[in-house]
Amino acid sequence: MFYRQAGDFKTTYREDIHTFPLRQDRIGYYILLAFAFLVVPFIINDYWASAVLLPFLIMSIAALGLNVLTGYCGQVSLGTAGFMAVGAYSCYKLMTAFPELSIIIVVLTSGVITALVGLLFGIPSLRIKGFYLAVATLAAQFFLVWLFNKVPWFYNNSASGQISAPVRDIAGVMVTGPEAQAWAKYLFCLVLVVVLAWLTRNLTRGRIGRSWMAIRDMDIAAEIIGVNPLKTKLSAFGVSSFLIGVSGALYFSVYLGAVEVGEVFGIQKSFLVLFMIIIGGLGSIFGSFAGAAFLVLMPVLLKNIMVAGLGWPTDIAAHIEFVIVGGLIIFFLIVEPHGLAQLWRLTKEKLLLWPFPH
Amino acid sequence: MKLAKLATIGAALAVASSVVSTAAVADLVFPSLSYRTGPYAVNGIPFADGYADYMTLVNERDGGIGGVKIKLIECETGYNTEKGVECYESTKGEGSLVYQPLSTGITYQLIPKATADGIPVHSMGYGRTSAANGKIFSHIFNYPANYWNGASLAINHILAENGDDIKGKKIALVYHNSAYGKEPIRTLEELAKKHGYTFTGIPVDHPGQEQKSQWLQIRRERPDYVLMWGWGVMNQVAIQEAANIRYPMDQFIGIWWSGSENDVLPTGDKANGYKALTFHGTGSDFPVYADIQKHVVDAGKAAGNGDQVGTVLYSRGMYAAMLAVEAARTAQEIHGATELTPAQMRDGMEALEMTEAKMAALGLPGFGPEFSVSCDNHGGPGLGAVQQWDAAAKKWTMVSDFGPSDMEVIQALIDEDSSAFAAENKIEERKCG
Repeated sequence: MFYRQAGDFKTTYREDIHTFPLRQDRIGYYILLAFAFLVVPFIINDYWASAVLLPFLIMSIAALGLNVLTGYCGQVSLGTAGFMAVGAYSCYKLMTAFPELSIIIVVLTSGVITALVGLLFGIPSLRIKGFYLAVATLAAQFFLVWLFNKVPWFYNNSASGQISAPVRDIAGVMVTGPEAQAWAKYLFCLVLVVVLAWLTRNLTRGRIGRSWMAIRDMDIAAEIIGVNPLKTKLSAFGVSSFLIGVSGALYFSVYLGAVEVGEVFGIQKSFLVLFMIIIGGLGSIFGSFAGAAFLVLMPVLLKNIMVAGLGWPTDIAAHIEFVIVGGLIIFFLIVEPHGLAQLWRLTKEKLLLWPFPH
Repeated sequence: MKLAKLATIGAALAVASSVVSTAAVADLVFPSLSYRTGPYAVNGIPFADGYADYMTLVNERDGGIGGVKIKLIECETGYNTEKGVECYESTKGEGSLVYQPLSTGITYQLIPKATADGIPVHSMGYGRTSAANGKIFSHIFNYPANYWNGASLAINHILAENGDDIKGKKIALVYHNSAYGKEPIRTLEELAKKHGYTFTGIPVDHPGQEQKSQWLQIRRERPDYVLMWGWGVMNQVAIQEAANIRYPMDQFIGIWWSGSENDVLPTGDKANGYKALTFHGTGSDFPVYADIQKHVVDAGKAAGNGDQVGTVLYSRGMYAAMLAVEAARTAQEIHGATELTPAQMRDGMEALEMTEAKMAALGLPGFGPEFSVSCDNHGGPGLGAVQQWDAAAKKWTMVSDFGPSDMEVIQALIDEDSSAFAAENKIEERKCG
């Protein structure tokens, strides 16, 4: 009744290929963007930035990246955290080697370096598929973490093996370091998230994205109709690693400030990102955000309800949190194996018909 | 439909109001970033219990510090840096006076953040060793002893056992492959140059449940001594593996974080003779435990299950709480106020003086060495002792007195590392005295 298609006419091809074909969706999207850009920076505080919004935004980029590779191109990867570590360490090396370089360039260059590393590890994907590829990327994960722990050059020979981000600003506003304001860090990440999501969305709708999906759906058939598997798979690895590298660089420089590779970029982070896209929805931009929101925000919310709200002991709350999040994952996989994105799609379809379903 | 919607809104409001909890201003707030879950819980629980119980004791027995009650806010970190950051951000607005995260990784996170926010951090026997230089780390304290003291104390013990000559001996370090485990390496390398032993570092990755290859290497290379920088489940596994390859236990020395009952009990009799460093007394023969039993445990106010009282890490948590309380008391005296701000608390920590008379009055005679903190030395004297596990009696016994560490080597390293940090972060040295 309120959410409808009727009267939303499209008279040009341009209008017909809108990302949000329904006017109401479009308006909603603009309102959301306006809220994120114009309202949130004024009400944000350190807690909301560091505990909620920064991890959500940054993990969304990582989920987007993995979704390109796994959701769109069908190549399973367990090396996400390893590639995030490449992004973080490139960022650190660039920041310390070229102190005058703008942080925006540093973060994007870290993404490019990660893309090159991703291409390298993507080469085996031409010969090995499915579970075997997962094992190959798992090797990448362990190798990269080992490398960053083993070679002191990567952490500038610091005694602790930790890397810590120096202070950097954009036009005089600090975005990294302890003195950086919450809103500055938030806006910096938000801009990157919006730009990269826009880029990914359009990539997946165009020729490249279609060739990824052709390879995903049936690689032999795709090859027969003229999709080059080498180019397609490697471009998916490259784009995916670029996004993951950017997220790793942000995770290190803006969010945490100091990173220890084994702990922050361990195998569990790879699984976390994989769960995000499975729960959010494979092959969906919205799903990447929904999955990241689910797995980043849910634990914080549950903790706040149980410890601050109900006053339970912290250990019981932490254990119940595991149970609830795990239970919800199973619940979603059984009830809606295509993830939150499919749930959202169904809701919209139902709403379009409501209240006259027939 | 409407009802459901109302219910949702109601639930959302309830959540929102629970998130925005208001702080009572009239309390002294001590956050406890503890971990009672995960692979490090076995060591995290006793420490958190000791910390909480001592605070409860001060509230119950003395009515707080200088008449102001203590409010302890516990936050579960799971020894995880990201959760530690979340805990820090969620508690710092409550008027938190001092952070003791019991994690070197989280300490590294908090050093710049807490300094910027003006809240002191006390990393007692862990964290960044060069923070002992108070001229550069204004808000970070790591008294009474740090990792480099620990490394030197272990070498001193080996020297004493070998008549001060360890030339050509092989010493291996089994360490947690993280900032924590890597801390002593540089000191051990420097000391190797001085004393002429050969040093091998053997890393164990988080969480440390799998150490077969490391101990195979030890079995092959047969080092004369094995040092360990381990934590959580890694300790138990290492001691079990050492027993499996029949490594002589009295040549196996752990840092103070690898020397609790929980680490040696699983190995049973074979762990007999294992040594560990400590910077405070051991056992439950101190009068304070009677008070804890009476005011806390018997009153049903013990933290956790209340079954950790008197263990090594419980004592350490209690010691950490005691030092925090004494620092708060010092701060109250300096500023003539009963309610404290983090800045005043920092002054109290910097002026803290622990004397034997003070400790005896608190029911802890001879529990730790006497020390005082100053503007340029936030690390204390770095005294420590060696304790040894008696598997038959199931208790730790002191086998040495509190002795000094090689400050000549360590101070040079502290100055070097802290000035590197200052240069990297453009911090100017404070003027002291």
